[in-house]
Amino acid sequence: MNKKPSSIVALIVKWLVLIIVLAAIYLPLIMIVAYSFSPARSIGDEFGTFTLSLYGKLFENEKLLSATRNTLVIGIISATLATLLGTTASIGIHYMRKKSRAIIDASSQITIVNAEIVTAMGFFLLMLFLRDTLLLPVNFSITWLIIAHTVITTPYVILTVSPRLKQLNPNTLEASLDLGAGPMRSLFTVMLPQLAGAMVSGFALAFTLSLDDFVITNINSIGADIETISTFVYSGIRKKLPSEIRALSTLIFAVVLISLIVYNIIKNKNAKNSKGDKK
Amino acid sequence: MDTEEKIIELIGVEKSFGDKPVVKNLSLYIRKGEFVTLLGPSGCGKTTVLRMIAGFETPTKGRILIGGEDITAIPPYRRPVNTVFQKYALFPHLNVFNNIAFGLKLKKIPASEKNGKTIYRHFTKEEIAEKVNRALKMVDLEDYGYRNVNSLSGGQQQRIAIARALVCEPKVLLLDEPLGALDLKMRKEMQIELKRMHRELGITFIYVTHDQEEALTMSDTVVVINDGQIQQIDTPKEIYDEPKNAFVANFIGESNILSGTMLKDRLVKFLGVSLPCMDGGFHKNEQVDIVIRPEDIAISVGGEGQFKGEVISSVFKGTYYEMIVLADSYEFTVQNTSNFNLGTKVVLGVSPSSIHIMRKIRTINSFVGEVEDEETVWLCGGSFKFNNADETLEKGDEVIVKVPFDAVEILDDENDGVIGAKVKQSVYKGTYYQVQLRTDRGEDFLVDTPYEWNINDRVGINLIPEKIIVEKIDDAENEPITDSEAD
Repeated sequence: MNKKPSSIVALIVKWLVLIIVLAAIYLPLIMIVAYSFSPARSIGDEFGTFTLSLYGKLFENEKLLSATRNTLVIGIISATLATLLGTTASIGIHYMRKKSRAIIDASSQITIVNAEIVTAMGFFLLMLFLRDTLLLPVNFSITWLIIAHTVITTPYVILTVSPRLKQLNPNTLEASLDLGAGPMRSLFTVMLPQLAGAMVSGFALAFTLSLDDFVITNINSIGADIETISTFVYSGIRKKLPSEIRALSTLIFAVVLISLIVYNIIKNKNAKNSKGDKK
Repeated sequence: MDTEEKIIELIGVEKSFGDKPVVKNLSLYIRKGEFVTLLGPSGCGKTTVLRMIAGFETPTKGRILIGGEDITAIPPYRRPVNTVFQKYALFPHLNVFNNIAFGLKLKKIPASEKNGKTIYRHFTKEEIAEKVNRALKMVDLEDYGYRNVNSLSGGQQQRIAIARALVCEPKVLLLDEPLGALDLKMRKEMQIELKRMHRELGITFIYVTHDQEEALTMSDTVVVINDGQIQQIDTPKEIYDEPKNAFVANFIGESNILSGTMLKDRLVKFLGVSLPCMDGGFHKNEQVDIVIRPEDIAISVGGEGQFKGEVISSVFKGTYYEMIVLADSYEFTVQNTSNFNLGTKVVLGVSPSSIHIMRKIRTINSFVGEVEDEETVWLCGGSFKFNNADETLEKGDEVIVKVPFDAVEILDDENDGVIGAKVKQSVYKGTYYQVQLRTDRGEDFLVDTPYEWNINDRVGINLIPEKIIVEKIDDAENEPITDSEAD
């Protein structure tokens, strides 16, 4: 098969674009991962010898460890709450009348499109109002951050659960009632198991968003002295970023990668089970 | 078994969604052990009736009794009925065994009695396993218990759904077009299976379908429903041989439907010929609909018969030929095992017993309206011109407007008509179509038209001023005739 020169050029361009795009995505990650095994002060310095010393230092850095702990606590609790709230809300919205459903559906998604800084200021001013005007005994704290993160991530859970709900055969819930299960039992034995996959996705999304969040966390932790990984990194950039952050980033990346692989393996296994067990 | 025992009774049941009535004042009872089919075109309300019996819908009005007990307000999970859905509705997260066991695990049975109080208990694991396995055996899927339900074919899934409903031993099994999603061969097999299960279990079956053949082959009783109202309740044979009106005749099987006049008892005139028939009890000269089944018409060349005609089409249908014979401008559909070539001059013979006479659903459209000015009258949401010859009618008068079937013009474009309407039904009457138009406000027009109109199309309505009759309302005899019962 003889290729025309023009098609060869096209082929080269195609690959080049692909390589550039992939490099743009993965180069920063690769550099961080690689330099997490180097004693160099900052990325770009001479690599030196392979060492795990940064990982050792990481577990000695009290500030960084407490930031990680805060991030996980806020992330797990707020994502759990968001999953519960979001799923309940999705089911409620799904069974609403057409008109009110459209209104609630749209308004539940506003915080997604709204600029994060506005939401963050909103929470900040709300706390000032509660604390200074109403004189309630509340203050910026980890609880306040959990509440804020729950509020901003719940719409994303609704966004992942709702489509699955629409796909469900509406007759399965009726079949459950028909076979003698009351509404509550039907919810737990028929509806929620079918939504489980979407709920897991929603939880993962909510957790990631919470993990990533900087704007809301930063503004709403004023005076509370709570650092999360993102606020720690940000404040570190202006002063001096400890090299251990490279080890931490690599660890986070590894956890994400492993969970992604495990998730896909389970998914493939399930797909195989439902298709391939005809003997 | 007491065949006279009413297991289900619907009394004056009505259901509206919003302001749209779907089921209108429907009363019906079903005897214990019967196989009853609710038959009608899609959107006629038959599924809504079934869903009200199951408890998924609450009637807007009326009562539903099961075994004499009023269950209108009882939720589905406390009713002694089980449903088989069209789309199976198996639980995808449970395997076959657990799908069937779902209802059994919830069921409570009387165990013992203590101080006059019955103590209930759940089935034991062993009992459940035994019942599930027996149900699997009944639907011929014995070794499938631990399969994932998504790995099964449509037919197998539907068998599981049937097993899941029957294992709960309901008083009544409701089936909502259960075979609708299966291919023809599978459907035929399942029809026989369902019939067998019905015979063996003695449970009352209520079956919803739009497939008339399915209804006729499987049922003890067929309830023909159209437009939220019962058209006829009878055995399949009666429904076929003695349809009560043109709708039933048209919906069930092939038929020739003609308009005619009842000259006297047992003598009817149509297409210019007077013929003896078996029916009586009509008024003298009453306008009637006549149905003649295609297989009941004798066709011959130069033989005995009442109508001369010419074969204009012939199609082989496997065991017989279906021919269209044009006789006196009416197109007869004729079925016969021997073929007559196109263009053959034939004679058609109709025996008295093959002529079935039906009352006309309505002979004229009649509406209440109001005179707007000398020339126009307001009815059905539009203002129409009319011929106010003697000018005795004045503005604001309440009037009865009578619109003959040929006084209505149907227009392709809805906007060309004074009002818009939707085509609900079309019955071919040999030389013309009788079309039922439903306005957006819910009024029905019956219209005779030479053209075929597609069901559910939107059309415009115009009335021919010279042909409509406007009468003042204070005349007590001019009660509006809007009901199918009125004639």
